[in-house]
Amino acid sequence: MNTTDLHGLTGAYALHALNDEERAAFERHLTTCDGCELEVAEFTATAGRLALASTVRTRPVMREQVLQRITTVRQASPRTVPLQRMPRGARRGRGLAQWALAASVAAAAALGGTAVWQYERAQDAQNQASQAQRHVEDLAGVLAAPDAKSRSVKVAGGAGTLVVSASRDRAVFVASKMPAPPRGKVYQLWFADGGKMRAAGLMDPDRSSQAVVMQGAVDGASGVGITVEPAGGSKQPTSTPVALLGVPT
Amino acid sequence: MKEPVHIGTRPSAKSDLQQLLHEVALGDQEAFAAVYDTVAGSVLGVARTVLRDQAQSEEVAQEVLVEVWRTAPRYRPERGTAMNWILTLAHRRAVDRVRSVEAAAARDTKAALLDHQPAYDEVTEQVETRLEQEQVRRCLRTLTEVQRQSVTLAYYRGLTYREVAEALSLPLGTVKTRLRDGLIRLRDCLGVAV
Repeated sequence: MNTTDLHGLTGAYALHALNDEERAAFERHLTTCDGCELEVAEFTATAGRLALASTVRTRPVMREQVLQRITTVRQASPRTVPLQRMPRGARRGRGLAQWALAASVAAAAALGGTAVWQYERAQDAQNQASQAQRHVEDLAGVLAAPDAKSRSVKVAGGAGTLVVSASRDRAVFVASKMPAPPRGKVYQLWFADGGKMRAAGLMDPDRSSQAVVMQGAVDGASGVGITVEPAGGSKQPTSTPVALLGVPT
Repeated sequence: MKEPVHIGTRPSAKSDLQQLLHEVALGDQEAFAAVYDTVAGSVLGVARTVLRDQAQSEEVAQEVLVEVWRTAPRYRPERGTAMNWILTLAHRRAVDRVRSVEAAAARDTKAALLDHQPAYDEVTEQVETRLEQEQVRRCLRTLTEVQRQSVTLAYYRGLTYREVAEALSLPLGTVKTRLRDGLIRLRDCLGVAV
């Protein structure tokens, strides 16, 4: 459809008389057409008058139901993050999630309100999934690097393995069957650099076995330490390390 | 028992609604109840004219009103009045519903589609609404037959302009143009300004 054709669709657009494809095309046109925007606004307001003319009485029970329903509905935040702004890395390798998202978008189009809410929930889940996906990609990047080297150590009754890739300058700490930290505490990872300790992320206190991509570059650190810290972590270690490993070279 | 119906045609009612919506955006449930009292009749009215079915209309109206609560923080006054924002949402949802597979299967025959008068029988006796109705009726009468049929089939029955063209056996381009010039005439007759 050419621009002239699109331009004439202001009326059909304001009356919601376009199909999805045409609406999308028109909305793209709208971003570049100042005159259209005013006309659409006027036509939308005109349609509003058609709506007002069909005002009816409502049943009191509907009022009760709606006022009851809203008490359990969480309000939207003022801004939404469009899907397109998701980082590139997050877009790869998530066939099923993408399919589920597409399905919920289709459902949103068909069903309206509730489904839109579900779609946004799906987007939240999608964002979480893409974070997890990035984590897995970072992890694989280090573990599968041609120059990956590892060293293992016993940690507090379990085992820990440090994997370092010099070319990527990143490190991964893999914990196996480590006992849970005391309540309200977490295991914190550190890069040891001479006498200094550099915070390198927290481990999940609820999982005894896990792989953590350490935060920040190895950047010549000579070793890695693990301490028990208050939940949320510390800026500097506040306890004696439960384990110390030299960075494998 | 008669529910109060107010409609936002007076300037004061408009700005009141906008202020109320602002309070709703902050999570104020009492403000929402006031918004409900202002718009529920019109929201249900839109759903009713498009969907015809009592149960479905109420369902859609409820969804829309809950959606107003949920998305109030996203309402932007610079993009139109609060009333228009809500009525646009209501019409859009009603149209989505009527076009969904289930509703399409149960849809009326082509002949019935041409019966485009909105369900006025249950319309409120509220004076303001009656005046609004009179004005809209009067202005609809200033349209040509094709303009009026195109606009009402699209708006009150939720047809796409392709379906309107089919129902009226008119070329697509004609319907597109009639929708636009019909709305221009309505806009001027109703004195709509944004």
